[in-house]
Amino acid sequence: MNTPENLLYTNDHEWILVEGNTGTIGITDFAQSQLGDIVFVDIDPSLSEVTSGGNFGTIEAVKTISELYSPCSGKVVAVNEALSSGAEVINSDPYGEGWLIKIELTNSDELKELLTPAAYKELTGE
Amino acid sequence: MKQTTLYKSHQKHGAKLVEFAGFAMPIQYESIIAEHKAVRNSVGIFDVSHMGEVFIRGEKALDFVQHITVNDASKLFDGRVQYSAMCYEDGGIVDDLLVYKISDTEYMLVINASNIDKDVEWMNSNNNFGVTISNESDEYSLIAVQGPESRNLIEKLFMTGFPMEYYHFTYAEFQGREMIVSRTGYTGELGYEIYFKGNEDFANSLWDAIFEAGKELGVKPAGLGCRDSLRLEMGYCLYGNDIDAGTNPLEAGLGWITKLGKESFIGKDAILRSRQQGLGRKLTPLIADSRVFPRHGYDVMCGEEKAGVVTSGTLSPMLDKGIALAYVDSKFLDGEHQLSFSIRNTAVPARIVKLPFIQK
Repeated sequence: MNTPENLLYTNDHEWILVEGNTGTIGITDFAQSQLGDIVFVDIDPSLSEVTSGGNFGTIEAVKTISELYSPCSGKVVAVNEALSSGAEVINSDPYGEGWLIKIELTNSDELKELLTPAAYKELTGE
Repeated sequence: MKQTTLYKSHQKHGAKLVEFAGFAMPIQYESIIAEHKAVRNSVGIFDVSHMGEVFIRGEKALDFVQHITVNDASKLFDGRVQYSAMCYEDGGIVDDLLVYKISDTEYMLVINASNIDKDVEWMNSNNNFGVTISNESDEYSLIAVQGPESRNLIEKLFMTGFPMEYYHFTYAEFQGREMIVSRTGYTGELGYEIYFKGNEDFANSLWDAIFEAGKELGVKPAGLGCRDSLRLEMGYCLYGNDIDAGTNPLEAGLGWITKLGKESFIGKDAILRSRQQGLGRKLTPLIADSRVFPRHGYDVMCGEEKAGVVTSGTLSPMLDKGIALAYVDSKFLDGEHQLSFSIRNTAVPARIVKLPFIQK
């Protein structure tokens, strides 16, 4: 599994890329591989705010439906609209084109609670 | 967890294994959708060794098979296969199965993996015919080769012509061992199923040989995930989802295999009664004209009223639309009612269609 060094992770298999005060959020390579063929992402397009550990949508694969949880609190500045017609990109590029939402962080202290790449690798048994 | 003889091949191909009917089975290798399309467009190979094989032997083998199954096995000749079902006295379904006529005194019944113990017990408790009921499920492996290129693959593998008709079987040899090859499958495509006894080494070298023969044809290993979406595009029933002890063959749309003109068989009286009373519900093929994923257990609605429940559903990889089999209350089936899938509290319009969902 691919676990990029520049990201932080959650126990629920989301990642966040922090650039300045902006966080880009997605699901990990491990998560997409466990889910298998992803067919839908359901995120309310009018979503304005997320909280740390809060549910912000669902992701649906052929086999199962799974909830999405935000790693951090923040104001939602973008939702990846390309996913509504091509969610399978999460399988092929979970850390790139397959990103889910971008937020403006409202409490950067929360980042300390997240898993480092090493800790996440340990969680997924690598 | 039990392993099939092909476990090593699954590991080699990077299968994702899940527990199914007590076996570690490949649900997918690379992608359910990619494997589904490979079977529709070229050829896929499945390990379905978890299926059960029970041999009925004896002078009265036909009488026994006639007694416990709903279809008319007297129509079979050596080398012919028939889709059938076993019912309880109350008409509920014990299992659906394939009946292979090997000879006048020998039949092979192919049953669902999760029902093997229950089925064999049922057969034994109804053996008033002095037949031998031999459960050889653990000795037999089963590989399904399915897809429009399957005939080319099979002919290359066995270096002989296979002009076999649908639901017929013959024998072929691999490494000196005789195997049953039938033109059957659960995908709706041209396809073959190969039944064989043999250890791991034999099974894996056969698998490798099939792969080698199919290389230029674009063969892919295919898992149980796509087997389910393939059968559903055809509208084939899955035991445990669409049929079980609480459903009778007529409401399941299996009237075509239920030969009520046959002298007697277990469940006949109850099935006749239910036909006279009128069926309260029917297994109904429904399609949404949008890209949705109806799932097992979702409600079928007519306005605010619940009209039925989805027993199998998927986002059809070929149609890119939601398709489902659902038990729908008969009063909603007069063509006057607009039905919908209730998908996480959203009503998605659904139309009743004729099977199969895809044009074959």
